[in-house]
Amino acid sequence: MQAYTEKMREIARRLLKECRVETVIGFRKGSMPMMNEPCLVKSIDDVDQLVWDGNCGINLANYLTNRTDKIAVFAKGCDSRNIVTHIIENKIKREQLVIIGVPCKGMIDKRRIRSMAPGEITEVVEDGENVRVRGADFEKSFPRKDMLQSNCAVCIHRNPVIYDELVADLVPEQQNVDRYEDVRAIEAMSPDERWQFFEDLLAPCIRCYACRNACPLCYCPTCFVDESAPQWVGKSQNPVDVRTFHFLRAYHCAGRCTDCGSCERACPMGINMRMFTKKLEKEALDQWGWEAGLSLDQRPPLDWYRPDDPQDFIK
Amino acid sequence: MTYILIDKSQWAGGLAAAEKAYRLFGPVQQGAMSNFAPLAPGQTPDLDGLNTRMSARSVVYPQSEILFEYSLDPQDPEANVLRETPPPPKPAAAVGIRPCDAYSFLLVRRNFDAPDVKDVYWLRNYEATTFIGLACDQPGGTCFCTSAGCGPYSEQGLDVLLKDTGEAYLAKVITAKGTAFMAAAGWSTDAPADSEAQFDRGKEAAEAKIVSTVETDRLAEIPQMALYDADFWDEIAFSCINCGTCTYLCPTCWCFDIQDEVHGKHGIRERNWDSCMFPLFTLHGSGHNPRGQKVQRVRQRFMHKLKYYVDKYGNGIQCVGCGRCIQYCPVNIDIRKVCQLMNRFGQDASCKVA
Repeated sequence: MQAYTEKMREIARRLLKECRVETVIGFRKGSMPMMNEPCLVKSIDDVDQLVWDGNCGINLANYLTNRTDKIAVFAKGCDSRNIVTHIIENKIKREQLVIIGVPCKGMIDKRRIRSMAPGEITEVVEDGENVRVRGADFEKSFPRKDMLQSNCAVCIHRNPVIYDELVADLVPEQQNVDRYEDVRAIEAMSPDERWQFFEDLLAPCIRCYACRNACPLCYCPTCFVDESAPQWVGKSQNPVDVRTFHFLRAYHCAGRCTDCGSCERACPMGINMRMFTKKLEKEALDQWGWEAGLSLDQRPPLDWYRPDDPQDFIK
Repeated sequence: MTYILIDKSQWAGGLAAAEKAYRLFGPVQQGAMSNFAPLAPGQTPDLDGLNTRMSARSVVYPQSEILFEYSLDPQDPEANVLRETPPPPKPAAAVGIRPCDAYSFLLVRRNFDAPDVKDVYWLRNYEATTFIGLACDQPGGTCFCTSAGCGPYSEQGLDVLLKDTGEAYLAKVITAKGTAFMAAAGWSTDAPADSEAQFDRGKEAAEAKIVSTVETDRLAEIPQMALYDADFWDEIAFSCINCGTCTYLCPTCWCFDIQDEVHGKHGIRERNWDSCMFPLFTLHGSGHNPRGQKVQRVRQRFMHKLKYYVDKYGNGIQCVGCGRCIQYCPVNIDIRKVCQLMNRFGQDASCKVA
């Protein structure tokens, strides 16, 4: 990871020096273990803030929306796919961007590591194939591959799909991954079981909207839950309103979601709301062979009609 | 000051007895996290965790609270009459609340119990609650309570402070409300003569474990508009996604939104927590929004907690140092760093956000 960081600083310094970009969007080291902070670097003097490790799970495409400057942005596989989606949806122009590709080995799951540590964690070091976790009176080491965010564990697009620079050689993509085991488990439930599953899933939701706001797809000028004239959704903790928010948000992401995991990562309550978006991601794949954000040349399935589109759903 | 010894073998029985007179709240394990919630009959609070994910705010000030109901049905003899939500039948007790959370109610009270305006709903709940605190012997890495007006053994806002001694809880009974709760629980064993010394030693040891601090000494003297116009807000706000995590997890955030909801012919008026991070928070009926940009909202949150409150009440910052916003901010915006930037404003030219 140190090699990534050094290369990133070198590229950022060069791009700023050559005035090819006005700003660089990346991560700087956070104030807590397993947390980094997205940052905007404008000056060569600040380039050394930039870091990279397994705690850069927030999707940086989210910080590009409607910007007007010339930007260099670091993009792992999922970020790059959301950048493609952003370009297709006219939220940023390709010409404004210098995309610095970051071949990704998966982000580490801070909740999982916290749950496996016997006490408060004071330091987490990624050491090649292992993650070393230290606290005041313990030290543990876990294989890194077992500590990945659940979306990263089944990711088959670790390499950026679009880039102008690379911070390292491309990494081998994961093969023979069963991406939808969890979705199939829910599909196999009876309607009552499934209802209960979603009830339990959403029970801790406090409607802070961290999932929505961490999502690069959620850029509506006014989200439907924030409309006040007319008001579509109640504001309370009423489960009907909580559900309405999550269901509708998921549908708005259909055919667009890259399963980057920012929503789940951002949630202060640890809710895996990806179970909604992932089902729709699977539907888009099953119905149209579509995976979002892989190419600038294809329109997403929900804003395009082809005569040979499957129509089995019309009953 | 009275000290009482509660052997842990008497703990569940005492709570069961107290349950007859009180609605008990406490930390409860919910999936992978612990939250402050009503205790089920016979349930004991989970006192092993450091602090709950959500603060104890909801004991007094629920996230959604129905203020009154009404019927729009002309056949209903009480049509168009506002029926206030009756007060709960029994007083409440927050068992195992941490000193920082208990102290937060004193800060929030300045807003809800002002000389000119009284919030009857908040006050009704607050006055009906007894706070049974648990001293923090193992504060966390993001706890900075000692520089935020309280501390791991702070008694402010508490009726009883418990200290876990291993086999027993040593209880320091601070107020008459605390005495009444201890009587209801049937705990009356005289504590050892060195109880006061045990609390003193515990306090000293726990405070020594606090590794995190904030500087607040200059906040009051720096002119408001100078801080408002400070050059660091854009950089602080850049990563912010404007979610409500910090404000909803905060024990001292008090803002709310009033909503009327009508289903058929039945209506309710309720109030829900609101968040200054949300664009809707300040949206005017005209469509104008004085805090239309993210940076304005981020500035508002920190200025309110660390400057406006300081200036208005002259009694420290509107923060108890519980560290929740630091722990759970999705993008690691750290109030300790922001507080330092604000406190050193104009003094330390090399002061950087990072």
